[in-house]
Amino acid sequence: MTDVITPAITGDGSRGSVAVEAPSHLHEEHGPTGLLKWLTSTDHKVIGMSYMITSIILFYVAGIMALVMRLQLAAPNASLVSFAQYNELFTMHGSLMLYLFAGPFAFGGLANYIVPLQVGAPDMAFPRLNALSYWLYLSGSITMMLGFLVAGGAAEFGWVAYAPLSNAANSPGLGPDVWIMALVLTGFSAIFTGVNLVATIFYLRAPGMTMFRMPIFTWNMLVTAILILIAFPVLTSALVMLFCDRHFGTHIFSVQGGGSPILWQNLFWFFGHPEVYILALPYFGIVTEIIPVFSRKPVFGYKGMVFATLSIAALSTGVWAHHMFTTGVVLLPFFSLLSLLIAVPTGIKFFNWIGTMWRGELQFSAAMLFCIGFLLAFLMGGVTGVMLASPPIDFFTHDTYFVVAHFHQVLFGTAVFAGFAGIYYWYPKFFGRMLRENLGKWHFWLMFIGFWVTFMPQYIVGLLGMPRRVAVYPSNLGWQSYNIISTVGAFIIAASFAILLWNFWVSWRHPIPCGDNPWDAHTLEWFTTSPPPHHNYTHLPPIRSERPTWDYHHPDAPAIPHGEGREPKRDKVLVSS
Amino acid sequence: MRNESFILLGVAVFFGITGLVYWFTSYEDGGTAMLAGTCLLGLLPGSYYFWWHRRMGFRPEDRDDATIEEGAGEVETFPSSSIWPFVLGMGAFMLVLAFAFGMWFFFPAVGLILTALVGVTAESRRGGHV
Repeated sequence: MTDVITPAITGDGSRGSVAVEAPSHLHEEHGPTGLLKWLTSTDHKVIGMSYMITSIILFYVAGIMALVMRLQLAAPNASLVSFAQYNELFTMHGSLMLYLFAGPFAFGGLANYIVPLQVGAPDMAFPRLNALSYWLYLSGSITMMLGFLVAGGAAEFGWVAYAPLSNAANSPGLGPDVWIMALVLTGFSAIFTGVNLVATIFYLRAPGMTMFRMPIFTWNMLVTAILILIAFPVLTSALVMLFCDRHFGTHIFSVQGGGSPILWQNLFWFFGHPEVYILALPYFGIVTEIIPVFSRKPVFGYKGMVFATLSIAALSTGVWAHHMFTTGVVLLPFFSLLSLLIAVPTGIKFFNWIGTMWRGELQFSAAMLFCIGFLLAFLMGGVTGVMLASPPIDFFTHDTYFVVAHFHQVLFGTAVFAGFAGIYYWYPKFFGRMLRENLGKWHFWLMFIGFWVTFMPQYIVGLLGMPRRVAVYPSNLGWQSYNIISTVGAFIIAASFAILLWNFWVSWRHPIPCGDNPWDAHTLEWFTTSPPPHHNYTHLPPIRSERPTWDYHHPDAPAIPHGEGREPKRDKVLVSS
Repeated sequence: MRNESFILLGVAVFFGITGLVYWFTSYEDGGTAMLAGTCLLGLLPGSYYFWWHRRMGFRPEDRDDATIEEGAGEVETFPSSSIWPFVLGMGAFMLVLAFAFGMWFFFPAVGLILTALVGVTAESRRGGHV
């Protein structure tokens, strides 16, 4: 990966972007080479790329598990997998997707790579801690997969591990133990990354890069990092308690010893609901980077976006018990009100995204299409989320496929649509070469169709009463046809991801060099070379607005009134490093 | 540092108020404890940053009109490569495997972790590479 050579040419010539010389050999570190170089690297770009590759591999693995489950559900009494295997599959699908793909891909991979570039920093604030985060994440992922190899198979209690199902009597064996230990490792990895991101954003910004000039992606990663610091310690400590219950004879979550199973749900969801926003906010940030670039406008309502992100994060930590409405021991009005309130800042974000596109010069590149797909998918998931925030509806649909469809639309909308928008957008920066736009559009349209075909029938079958986490279902209730449609949709999605792999292959074998700034983008990372040299920048442009690279390349562009003091200057100044 | 500290102090204020409202409407202790902890999580670093802001004033990265030259000089010393995070990570890996598979993983795990801690400390003092 590091031996990709970037010709120092301009994007497509016509945009007149200025190519900065790329003396990357001058800034290469004098260290080990080969495998040892990878093992010892503390460069945020190498670590970020390792994170992304690992998490995408796990995404494909978890996707294959989903396909097996959809095949099993295509017939009412199928016997493709046993009940126990089905339980293992949905547990590991959820665990891989939520803990090991969606989060680490965003805050470990993309944020690690992009945030130091966007704030003009040479690296993350604590490079060795950053490397440790990756090794903990990788070993946690391996530990999680070890569950399939131990006697008794992987954990079978769902990604939420509710007590008392997860205690030693109901879930014996090593599978649950390695699941717990995997999450302890990845939990620490996330906490360290959170600390690192906060420190990087607070301390390593370039001069002039004030908080209210930071790109929205960086803002969202800052808020995500704070959410990580709020949420993950609770999960890690709850897991340690669970492990003590299983092995050391404590009774924290068992009624017999005076403990409380509901306490597990309280602790888990105090982590679990912010976790949903840890998975969503980075992807909101990606979308907010891409839509302005392909609308040829600055983002509409920059400060509104920032405050919407902050209020989403704050509210998301006060809504954990809306997952527990049917337990009967939670304060329904409090959690219902706060859950409904989240719709307000999210609505502001939608308004701003649409406002950014409004009367812009829209360019429907693959990345932009994925963003629009995200808007539609997340809107549908969000609206059903508002429905579920109302306890009467939640009592009716709790534990049915309606909820499954809701959170898949939310998380597929964010982690997959927006996540792959980010890949199509930043891939030229990572490798100095383009992905094929036409293959990207095929990928998008197949995935878009497959997405709706997969998840819309699940709403209906959920309202008809089909419970989640079942491997078989009665054949006389009319559920099968919806399940068949859903299975077909899942395979359409799978086909679209085969196209993505093909696209990577084509780009690897037949590179099209992209230059530094192929999209004529706004933010600082497009000022440096593609891929960026060791320690990122040889020069920095003056930072006078939240889109310094655009200002530098378009000195004569009329300034759109937004903030103050945006006189772009032409002088390019050397930062001594 | 001022805006940075305001974000964290905002966390403290929001969760302080939410925690109070939650306690007096539900009297549920688990959630209240977590909300109180979250309030402290914002309060401690937030007030620390604010204290630093009072001492340092506005840094170049806090000012709208700062030029790039004001950031000249040494930013920070960044290690360009180090083997110790890998060693420490593998030590932590074996440590958790010890809890799942048995104590025979425990001793090499402790060995790796101690080696890495000594190594990373020595490396920081020396300022060298691998």
